[in-house]
Amino acid sequence: MLTILFDGIAYGMLLFVLACGLSVTLGLMNFVNLAHGSFAMAGGYITLVLVNRAGLPFFAGLPIAFVATALIGALFERTLYVHVYSRSHLDQVLFTIGLVFMSVAAVDYVMGSQQVFIQIPSVLQGRFEIFGVGVGRYRLLIIVICGLLTVALQLILSSTRFGSRLRASVDDPRVARGLGINVNAVFSLTFAVGSGLAGLGGALGAEILGLDPTFPLKYMVYFLIVVTVGGTSSITGPFAASLLIGIADVAGKYYVPKFGAFVIYTIMIIVLILRPQGLFARAAGK
Amino acid sequence: MPVVLETVGLEKHFGGIAAVAGVSLKIEKGARHALIGPNGAGKTTVINLLTGVLRPSAGRILLEGQDITALEACKRVQRGLARTFQINQLFLDLTPLETIGLAIAERLGAGAHWWRLIGTNPQVVEEIVEILARFHLTDVMYERTGNLPYGKQRLLEIALAIACRPHVLLLDEPAAGVPEDERHEILATVAALPGDVTVLLIEHDMDIVFSFADRISVLVNGALFVDGAPEEVARDPRVKAVYLGESLDA
Amino acid sequence: MASALVAEVARRLARRARWRPFEYAFWLAALASVFLLPGRHLILTEIAWLALFALSLDLILGYAGIISLGHAAFFGLGSYVAALLAKHGRGSDLTRLMVTLGVALIMREIANQIPDITGGADGLQGVVVAPILGVFHFDIFGHVSYAYCLIVLFVLFLLARRVVYSPFGLSLRAVKGNALRASSIGISVNARLVAIYTFAAFYAGVAGALLAQTTAFASLDVFSFERSADLLLVLIIGGTGYLYGGLIGAVIFKLMQDWIANLTPQYWQFWIGLVLVLIVLVGRDRVGLWTGGVRALAERLTRRLAPGAAPVPVPPGEGH
Repeated sequence: MLTILFDGIAYGMLLFVLACGLSVTLGLMNFVNLAHGSFAMAGGYITLVLVNRAGLPFFAGLPIAFVATALIGALFERTLYVHVYSRSHLDQVLFTIGLVFMSVAAVDYVMGSQQVFIQIPSVLQGRFEIFGVGVGRYRLLIIVICGLLTVALQLILSSTRFGSRLRASVDDPRVARGLGINVNAVFSLTFAVGSGLAGLGGALGAEILGLDPTFPLKYMVYFLIVVTVGGTSSITGPFAASLLIGIADVAGKYYVPKFGAFVIYTIMIIVLILRPQGLFARAAGK
Repeated sequence: MPVVLETVGLEKHFGGIAAVAGVSLKIEKGARHALIGPNGAGKTTVINLLTGVLRPSAGRILLEGQDITALEACKRVQRGLARTFQINQLFLDLTPLETIGLAIAERLGAGAHWWRLIGTNPQVVEEIVEILARFHLTDVMYERTGNLPYGKQRLLEIALAIACRPHVLLLDEPAAGVPEDERHEILATVAALPGDVTVLLIEHDMDIVFSFADRISVLVNGALFVDGAPEEVARDPRVKAVYLGESLDA
Repeated sequence: MASALVAEVARRLARRARWRPFEYAFWLAALASVFLLPGRHLILTEIAWLALFALSLDLILGYAGIISLGHAAFFGLGSYVAALLAKHGRGSDLTRLMVTLGVALIMREIANQIPDITGGADGLQGVVVAPILGVFHFDIFGHVSYAYCLIVLFVLFLLARRVVYSPFGLSLRAVKGNALRASSIGISVNARLVAIYTFAAFYAGVAGALLAQTTAFASLDVFSFERSADLLLVLIIGGTGYLYGGLIGAVIFKLMQDWIANLTPQYWQFWIGLVLVLIVLVGRDRVGLWTGGVRALAERLTRRLAPGAAPVPVPPGEGH
């Protein structure tokens, strides 16, 4: 029981790191980026190549995955995404689905279609027990890393200059522009960091989620669920939603395996019917 | 004269700010009632509350004696409350002909007919033609609304509300943005509205207000400030202060 | 009142729904393909049901402006959820997107969980289909199934065409154009959306049944996200909001897919993705102009071939 809770939390934390970038881009530019999972996949495969083929240590691979994916994100943002911000949601959906398709086929071409695993150090393998609760070492690592990241993100958002600019931009981009904030620059940086975090999540999550070329398609739905359930007005919303979805998914698959992913889809639809703006959205004023 | 539209303690808060704070307004049948006030006084919010675009935080709205506070926007139109918008809200891809036909079909309860073809009801066609002529839109009725000059769009904005055959018509700055030489055309159509239609007009231009209204309410900071006949309001020193203060600030 | 003007307007309105030369040409070509292209009937059958799916999506995307990612799955449940959503206040585009997608995924899970009926992830093979009207047996070359699909498509198209030119169809375009104003002239926006959603659901259901009947195979693939995305692409190629977009798009999409799949069997998805990205970067309006240009050309040609036909007013709701 507690083990399931533990696994669920690890899973939820992972989802949060993967999805928080998407949440901010959606809140900031009202931009629907279905290709977010492609960046996560990129991070996963970059780490795979570095660790499995080049023999780099796992812990060196993670930060490189973050930086490399952030750079890729920034590149795509500047060259392609900028053209689509002002378009309709339909255009954004089509455009990013196109990117997903391309990334899926391209990775398939380069890396093959089979599922792959990143070699993790033996220290991180296996489980141990504390007070009768089975604790997977790797999952514990995920919780620690993601927990630290969450705290760091929260600190950056709440107490740095960039954080306050970002919050102002999310609140009302027009007003923020009026205050002399360069919303586009804020957005580019956020997009890059968000992509980087997704890449890091992809690298970390390869062990648990599995990594193959269809990753962006498979997990896109999960990311979107986190964002829609959590709302986009803060990062605490998506964080709580990630934990909720993570725990519900793990518990659902354990207790009612027959219903599979049914549980979280149902949760999502119920939440959206009751609170169309998301579970943690601020009082519906608009 | 009986009261056709009444608000009782109407309030609307956005976050912590009260955009409308306890407005109790009575509008008599057949009145030409103007609602004026400085920028940001909450005039358009009042209209949005009356028409059901926004839900009030507190208070009630009565139309011809019946409580419509909880009624959906479309149901209020069916009860005889129509409006125009300060910024044109038109169907840009439809023609004026289709736009007016739409409103008439809806009023007659034929809007959801899915088997009958458009234009097969001669009565509807006759009424469309009549309204288009009244609002000087006959020569452009087959053109895409989005391609019409602004003045014509403004006329269509009002014609569309009239096609709903309202008992009470809310006009939100009908002449806003219209060039000087085209204003008279719009104001003339407003002045020619049938006498039994009650009109609530929101307007900035004091010339228009005083030539049109037989009663004026002044809204300041979301609350009713002064309410009376035009001569009384014109003489009221507090109103002068409000407007003078605004112009000094500007 | 100028009664001449009234008569003139009534005449112009009545003419809107009249068949244009382009439309005759389109369906004559479809009919001709039954007899002239017997070797291509298998792919033509696929085109026909894809066209019906796309027509269904066009009804809600092109006429009511709802983006759906759950289209391949059945709308019956979708319309129910949409009704619930409507009751509980407005949702954003993204909310609707997620609800349609969520419904599709749930349908897929359900189908996956009852393998006795659906065959689970392997799909249902060997569906035995009774001969149509007890007379026409399905053959392996797809002659009968093509004729059958085409007839169903044509009948449902006629119905959709009728609905589009009705007051209901016009009110949908109004809702799509400006929902705020639509409700300000007394249109119950949510009721209309639920109605068209249900109507389109019926089309999607028929298309799904056609697929199962003609291929004697049903699989969970129809519920997949990729299928829905393909469908969007079909519609974008053909253009939305004039009914023929789905049909023309289906022809182009299938031929393109066939061609690309022959070139690079494994990676055709990449090129589909590239087409999507390019279409958006170039601008859907311009792509719409392109198909609009082709249409105008076709109309001009057919008019020359059929002299004396009435001048053709531009069909409403061009492009997007």
